[in-house]
Amino acid sequence: MRSEKANRAPLGLKIAAAVGLAFMHLPILLIFLYAFTTEEKSYQFPPPGLTTQWFAVAWDRPDVWAALTLSVKVAAIATAAALVLGTLCAAAVSQTRFFGRETVSLLVILPIALPGIITGIALRSAFSMADIPFSFWTIVLGHATFCIVVVYNNAVARFRRISGSLIEASMDLGADGFQTFRYVILPNIGTALLAGGMLAFALSFDEVIVTTFTAGQQSTLPIWMLEELIRPRQRPVTNVVAMVVVIVTFLPILGAYYLTRDGDQIAGAGK
Amino acid sequence: MTIVAESIILPERRSTAGRLSDFFWRHPHVLLAILLGPPLLWLGLVYLGSLFALLLQSFFSIDEFSGLINYEFTLATYRQLLTDANLDIILRTVTMAALVTLVSAVIAFPIAYYAARYARGKWKALFYLAVMLPLWSSYLVKVYAWKLILAKEGILTWFFEKLNLLWLLDAWLALPLVGGNSLSVSYTGTFIVFVYVWMPFMILPIQAALERVPQNLIEASSDLGGTPAQTFRYVLFPLALPGIVAGSIFTFSLTLGDYIIPQIVGSSRLFIGQAVYAQQGTAGNIPLAAAFTVVPIVIMGAYLWMAKRMGAFDAL
Repeated sequence: MRSEKANRAPLGLKIAAAVGLAFMHLPILLIFLYAFTTEEKSYQFPPPGLTTQWFAVAWDRPDVWAALTLSVKVAAIATAAALVLGTLCAAAVSQTRFFGRETVSLLVILPIALPGIITGIALRSAFSMADIPFSFWTIVLGHATFCIVVVYNNAVARFRRISGSLIEASMDLGADGFQTFRYVILPNIGTALLAGGMLAFALSFDEVIVTTFTAGQQSTLPIWMLEELIRPRQRPVTNVVAMVVVIVTFLPILGAYYLTRDGDQIAGAGK
Repeated sequence: MTIVAESIILPERRSTAGRLSDFFWRHPHVLLAILLGPPLLWLGLVYLGSLFALLLQSFFSIDEFSGLINYEFTLATYRQLLTDANLDIILRTVTMAALVTLVSAVIAFPIAYYAARYARGKWKALFYLAVMLPLWSSYLVKVYAWKLILAKEGILTWFFEKLNLLWLLDAWLALPLVGGNSLSVSYTGTFIVFVYVWMPFMILPIQAALERVPQNLIEASSDLGGTPAQTFRYVLFPLALPGIVAGSIFTFSLTLGDYIIPQIVGSSRLFIGQAVYAQQGTAGNIPLAAAFTVVPIVIMGAYLWMAKRMGAFDAL
């Protein structure tokens, strides 16, 4: 029996952990405050006044809407591609033994382990060598490449937990491979795939480094923001967009957490 | 006789799907090829292919007069890479990455330690979410938040003013190297933003390593007369080290390749990422840009090899 005292954290540790968490969260909260400021020309703190007029201004901006739609489209298609490829890869790696299994898992992780700028410039020079013009599809291609790993990680973790005897039982009872997949495997991995898909969507929706290399004239929402960051023109609109982006990316992360919280594997470990 | 027996044990299925799945059952290699084919084609051909094509380009050179790429094998581009100005960029980036990693570990450790050892039940879930949300929230928004904070008219200056410590901020900014006109155009600013953006990646690997330390090891250490400081130094820290190294792979690699943060918050001196970006964009010197990307690949290769020897991959 451990005493009650031994289980209590030392004060210094509590303070250090609390300060660390505050450091992680306060800057994001500040974004919410700035979305309401009346100040247009600078980042003045404290804000001279509060207003909700910038939400209406941002709502009426066609360029923001165009960037948002493009981002959602790219993220949706990249996520779909990553779901198919990541699940196939996870099934092969976890259900079978073959020569070079380790290499395959390394290959899947590589696009995210190497700095994004390398992936970006490699794809860009490959496009220009192959005379492929930049388009919607070149952005999707880049995004799907690094989204595969997120789906793969979630699916592999779940595949490991499906006991092999379940699949054998299904086969013994006369189901063919497709029925086993439809009625036994899919219900088991469904939530993991959904979680992986949500994280892949969040990752793609937010990606900027690879996108700067694979996008032509089009701008996704992060590219739009990057331009505003380098040359601020409409600070109030940027503040509102930043706040919306925070909310839009929080929802899939919370969703993915609730779908995988009972799992032994952490959904987003290693972005 | 055997045919009858076989057809009783393995009756032929009628439907196409049934036959197909029987075929896969008898030829698992075909199924494996179908499963692995599409992802391997995508990653192996598209991704690795373009990566190799890029590395190949670093052995070409650019014609100084026409600005066209000269497709002949040469090491001239690497000679160009090793000039003083470029070595300066490399050294600056590696130093920054090392410092960011070190400070990230110091900030992340108490959070991971508390979450692994003391947080229970609801608190544990809350801690996990509190780490995951900033980790996954938008990179650009995080950088933008710091642009607001570090601006001359921003919250940090206001805070120092309220505490009557403005002289301290000014004294820091007056320092050579780390100072500047304001925090948002100084190395200090770049450093803070790097730490903020990449530090969350450090927490979960450390937490995973700490959770694997058995409680009775710590009790044994104190039973044997170790003070908490000694227990930490000789028991806990060595066991957590693989987790720290695993986390440092992210912080180090991500800082090494970043080109957006130093562009938005920082002085005009370049980092590797910015050099790559400038060489391929405005300068149009793809071979030199390619040679520059070899630097982080080599550094990360060496780093990963070292991390593997320390057993960091088990903590991932």
